[in-house]
Amino acid sequence: MAERAEPVITPALVAGLGVAGFLAALSLGTVAVVAAAADTPGHLGAGDWAALKFTLSQALVSAALSTILAIPVARALARRRFFGRDLLITLLGAPFILPVIVAVLGLLAVYGRGGLISELLVALGYAPLSIYGFRGVVLAHVFFNLPLATRLLLQGWQRVPGEHFLLAAQLGMSTRDINRVIERPILRSVLPGAFATIFLLCVTSFAVALTLGGGPRATTIELAIYQAFRFDFDMGRAALLALMQFAIGAGAAVFAWRLARDGAPGAGLGRVARRWDCAGFAARIIDGAVLAAVSLFLLAPLAMVLLRGVFGLGLLDAGAVTALVRSVIVALMSTALTLGMALVLGTAVARHGAGHMAGWIESAGHLSLAASPMVIGTGLFILLYPLVDPASVALAVTALVNAVMSLPFALRALVPVMRHVQSVEGMLADSLDMGGWARFRLVTWPAIRPAAGFAAGLAAALSMGDLGVVALFADPDAATLPLYLYRLMGSYRMEAAQGAALLLVAVSIMLFRLFDWLGKGA
Amino acid sequence: MIRISLMAAGLALALAGAPMAAEKPVLNVYTYDSFASDWGPGPKVEKAFEAICDCDLKFTTAGDGAALLARVQLEGKRSRADVVLGLDTSLTARAAESGLFAPHGITPENLAVPGGWNDPLFLPFDWGYFAFVYDKNKLKTVPRSFKELAAAPDSLKIVIEDPRSSTPGLGLLLWVKAAYGDKAPEIWKGLAPHILTVTKGWSEAYGMFLKGEADMVLSYTTSPAYHLIAENDDSKAAAIFDEGHYMQIEVAGKMATAPHPDLADKFLKFMMSEKFQSLIPTTNWMYPAVQLKDGLPRRFAAPIPADKALILSPERAQAVRDAALAEWQSALSQ
Repeated sequence: MAERAEPVITPALVAGLGVAGFLAALSLGTVAVVAAAADTPGHLGAGDWAALKFTLSQALVSAALSTILAIPVARALARRRFFGRDLLITLLGAPFILPVIVAVLGLLAVYGRGGLISELLVALGYAPLSIYGFRGVVLAHVFFNLPLATRLLLQGWQRVPGEHFLLAAQLGMSTRDINRVIERPILRSVLPGAFATIFLLCVTSFAVALTLGGGPRATTIELAIYQAFRFDFDMGRAALLALMQFAIGAGAAVFAWRLARDGAPGAGLGRVARRWDCAGFAARIIDGAVLAAVSLFLLAPLAMVLLRGVFGLGLLDAGAVTALVRSVIVALMSTALTLGMALVLGTAVARHGAGHMAGWIESAGHLSLAASPMVIGTGLFILLYPLVDPASVALAVTALVNAVMSLPFALRALVPVMRHVQSVEGMLADSLDMGGWARFRLVTWPAIRPAAGFAAGLAAALSMGDLGVVALFADPDAATLPLYLYRLMGSYRMEAAQGAALLLVAVSIMLFRLFDWLGKGA
Repeated sequence: MIRISLMAAGLALALAGAPMAAEKPVLNVYTYDSFASDWGPGPKVEKAFEAICDCDLKFTTAGDGAALLARVQLEGKRSRADVVLGLDTSLTARAAESGLFAPHGITPENLAVPGGWNDPLFLPFDWGYFAFVYDKNKLKTVPRSFKELAAAPDSLKIVIEDPRSSTPGLGLLLWVKAAYGDKAPEIWKGLAPHILTVTKGWSEAYGMFLKGEADMVLSYTTSPAYHLIAENDDSKAAAIFDEGHYMQIEVAGKMATAPHPDLADKFLKFMMSEKFQSLIPTTNWMYPAVQLKDGLPRRFAAPIPADKALILSPERAQAVRDAALAEWQSALSQ
């Protein structure tokens, strides 16, 4: 037993508070900067309330469907071992990291009016599919977020020590018993957070909702913010709308916090989780069917992106290679920043888990989920413009904002594991008076390395695909690959743009696999 | 090995900034993204002007015309821009109101812009007509007016851009308003069943059209020329409407706070010259603002007759914009 109580203020806490303060300044501070630059105080019109209503309803349905559908998928992945499982998990995650325009065109290539399914229907004498409207928005958001929900749930499953299933088998528990005793508490601990995260991703959606929404009914708050800047140049209104988005974010966070029950499954000794209960024929068929269906749903659009891209690859020139290199550099910087911030926040949260401070620190890490990229970009622009040439800091700002944007996902991956390490090894480490770097290196790091690899891979891939705020700071001579892709499209060069999309997807997946592999490495 | 050296070359390019031009003054031209892209007029314009100006021309980009104006307004009097190139006449009233622009003092000669020009702050550098583009092999019955489009079977689908986020989208809004005035809401109601969807920008809409999602897309009468000249593909055509076509006139202006006003003047003169203007058709895919000595490039369609041109004055465009947007939203949200 530790002799002494946990000190109230530790270096870990101070560092955590520092990073949290920086994040709050970046997301909330930029709203204040934009509001301060307004000529007139903003006010909201009837259109904005309609946008709020649409934003909330589509996000609720999209998040609910994504998380509910993810349950059987994550369960099937958790209890089956088969050849290519790792690769399948990686590929299933790909939609989440695709640039919006690429994903939308891929989606339409399968489910659109001129897509594969429609072509088949028309050939058979039926009317083509019509996906535009509310269902189109939901379809696209499920396409983007089902992979994320699956990953988050799968992580929960994987935290169950193998010993639990061994014990369950010894006790002769059925699949149903295991579901009640082991799996449901896990879901209870993971689902609300996953739901809230995806809900907010759908709240801040803009181009996807508009393109598949079929008309101005599909106006989200983020589109209204864009309109306030670009069409009306009304910064006061933009700031108000951004605050509205934060209020929704706070609501979602409270919901997740109230509903989540700590289902931390306790300690194990790292035994491989083997399932004795679901070797039956029916269970296998169900899991196989679930995986086949979800693979078809998610991978068919991806396959179309890849297929169409092959022809375009030959049309790319040195400019594409330069843009790719630039994107990789930004992604690596962004990954380092994400991981650094996540570890600092995670350490503070894990060691001060019971205190109020830890809650605030963890919340700060998630602020960017509800932030408007447009407002962050504009706020930073107003702050930096008097000091430097925006183009000269374009890549640095992009890396920073991308890092902050992927931080919530890194925290989702790392914090539970870091808490777990603290609860299992913390007392021993305390009793040895092990602290600081030695404790991190010898105790924490070996245990969290796989999660850190996953978080880094996700951050790198997300940064690769994100156009984010770079548009405002853009240096015409220093385009990243997504910007380069948009420029190709904007100059009628659709074929070459598809080649660039293929390049982007391939390198993003490679970076993800690389970090994931480094995390798992011996 | 080849791949490695390619990577190295890329890395070197990525890390090296723009080459430092010793003591030459830098002329800052703000423009929209596609103007300065590798395939736009930007690189050639830069080379040609630097050959005569003894200066370093530097482009700074913002998404499109409206984003460009927002950017300049955000920078305000502290702006380092000399010239802003790429606004259009639906934006110039707001731009003039901002007080950020100075008179150009140039009387353009040989002007090829229908309706003439006499704006003291802004000079036109190109222009075009908005139009619905279709595929001749796929669409057999082509509507010849908004009314015919509205009356077509519901299966005829168009993709348009959102006026709140896109220049062509706003152009369509003003087109319907200029053609139909108070009757515009009825036209929008008639068009509503044909609107497959509304996109954020031109690229998304045009991409969806090329992939066969829709039968027609809101673009320009000059779009088919790209496919014809650059891709040798004659399948695309622009539907010519009886009501006439709304014009987009793209303009440039000198900033009142320009750090290099003389160079800015020189650039605006150069902009109206044969050298600059001859680059426009096959890089920006628009009509040049002055008569070219050798006329338009071969296979570049002649513009529709000037009496078919529709346009609202900048002040009028600014004045009707918000009401037209509200009509559009309510007609399409039912």
